[in-house]
Amino acid sequence: MAAMERRRLPKGEMSDFLNTQIAQYGLPIATAAILFLIWELVVRLFGIPEFILPTPSAILAEIPQWGEAVANNAWTTLFTTLTGFLFALGLGVMLGFVIGYSKLANLTLYPLLIGFNTIPKVALVPLMSIWFGIGTVPAVITAFLLAFFPIAANVAIGLATVETEMEDVLVSLGASRFDVFQKVGLPHTMPYLFASLKIAISQAFIGSVIAETVASNGGIGYVILSASSNFNIPLAFLALLALAVMGVVLYGLFVILEKRFVHWI
Amino acid sequence: MVESAFLERSASVQTAPVLEFCDVGLKYKTSGHSMAVIDRVSFRINQAEFVSLVGPSGCGKTSLLRMISGLNPVKEGAVYFQGNPITRPLQNVGIAFQNPVLLPWRNTLQNVLLPLEIVPPHKHQLKRQRSRYLATAQDLLSTVGLKSFQSHYPWQLSGGMKQRASLCRALIHNPEILLLDEPFAALDAFTREEMWDMLQRLWERTQCTSVLVTHDLREAIFLSDTVYVMGPRPSRIIHTLNVTLPRPRTLDMCFTEEFHRMYSELRQHIQRN
Repeated sequence: MAAMERRRLPKGEMSDFLNTQIAQYGLPIATAAILFLIWELVVRLFGIPEFILPTPSAILAEIPQWGEAVANNAWTTLFTTLTGFLFALGLGVMLGFVIGYSKLANLTLYPLLIGFNTIPKVALVPLMSIWFGIGTVPAVITAFLLAFFPIAANVAIGLATVETEMEDVLVSLGASRFDVFQKVGLPHTMPYLFASLKIAISQAFIGSVIAETVASNGGIGYVILSASSNFNIPLAFLALLALAVMGVVLYGLFVILEKRFVHWI
Repeated sequence: MVESAFLERSASVQTAPVLEFCDVGLKYKTSGHSMAVIDRVSFRINQAEFVSLVGPSGCGKTSLLRMISGLNPVKEGAVYFQGNPITRPLQNVGIAFQNPVLLPWRNTLQNVLLPLEIVPPHKHQLKRQRSRYLATAQDLLSTVGLKSFQSHYPWQLSGGMKQRASLCRALIHNPEILLLDEPFAALDAFTREEMWDMLQRLWERTQCTSVLVTHDLREAIFLSDTVYVMGPRPSRIIHTLNVTLPRPRTLDMCFTEEFHRMYSELRQHIQRN
């Protein structure tokens, strides 16, 4: 990704700076810091009460008291999210391959998948808590359901958009279907897969947090719900912050993996 | 050396043809009614002969080429390779398109090595004799001036370089037949002429039977032993030109009277329709 930007930007001092490591990591951090600073100033300047919008400093002041509890619940959320995400990855890739390669599956399964995807997943959580009880299982399933669709759809699109001439080169050499898949289909799908993983991991977080707020007694979603009902708004924000940090870290992880596996784009 | 290669080729003309088209026709079915693209085409291609197919767009030149490769099925008539009808991909064919279609995730050398991973017996020997195959590929790349670009990726190469790499890929497994579908059409005039020269050298070296589809009549004359002119749809072969220029050919020959005579002969047959 970064490689592509690097070679397409026009030359100039500004673009030279934007291509440095300092800019790559420093600028996002600086932006976040400025945002928090403005937030702090606005809340103080207008005297906004803490139970509506606490200052960032008030949120961080909750750490000594609630830090450990938030961290523990963050682990719970991370675990359910990653479990759901891994299932989504496995099944999504498989179904994506089936839909991408089989016209029959494309006509039968894909419309069904789209139909199912339009159902708001939050509506399913109460049903799942009846089927599976409250706790980890509904959260994992909700995370799975939300992360599954982008992966399956992107893998299918990746396979379906392989240039026919690229396949022709191999087929004219007498390549088997597996050869064509291995040499062309699979690598061609990798950029699509990684693009979807970055979306899917965020979706998985949304899924597990939704399930935790509706049917759970643990996890970040539960912390936010109970903190809000106790009017401990700074704690709710601390939990949100923990969620954002986890999301960014996982996203970053996928960007690194993408650079390794999809080095040609 | 070149002289002897030429004599060898002339001698083999007497033997059985490598490729033979017998009454090949082609119809396209579009929304119910069928449209005849190729009426009936018959011709033979000899061992180590360089043949060009020229004609107006949509006359089925590319379809004929794809029939040889086994990519398109032959539904009317038959195409024979060494006496056997072609029903599926042949394996000993090298193919290059107008679009070089290099795999973007492989560098130049890895792209050139691709056919060796698929075609037997190379596919079974590639692991054990990797260094020998690498040397062959690098040797081929240096013939086309790409040795120092072997670890570059396709996006780092110019159009001409990509097309040269694509030709190397078409030739790495020593194919008996080389199929070229307007390989230089997307290149500028100067680069194209360089490519003719390079392709001629590769062909002299490999001695493979070649079929070129092109819109460039000068290109067809420069490279070919025989040029077949196809008519408009439904097409037939309306003219056959035997190019008598001595080999190896040079760009200077393009300005000789003989060359001009052949050029206008071809032009006339295409214009008449």
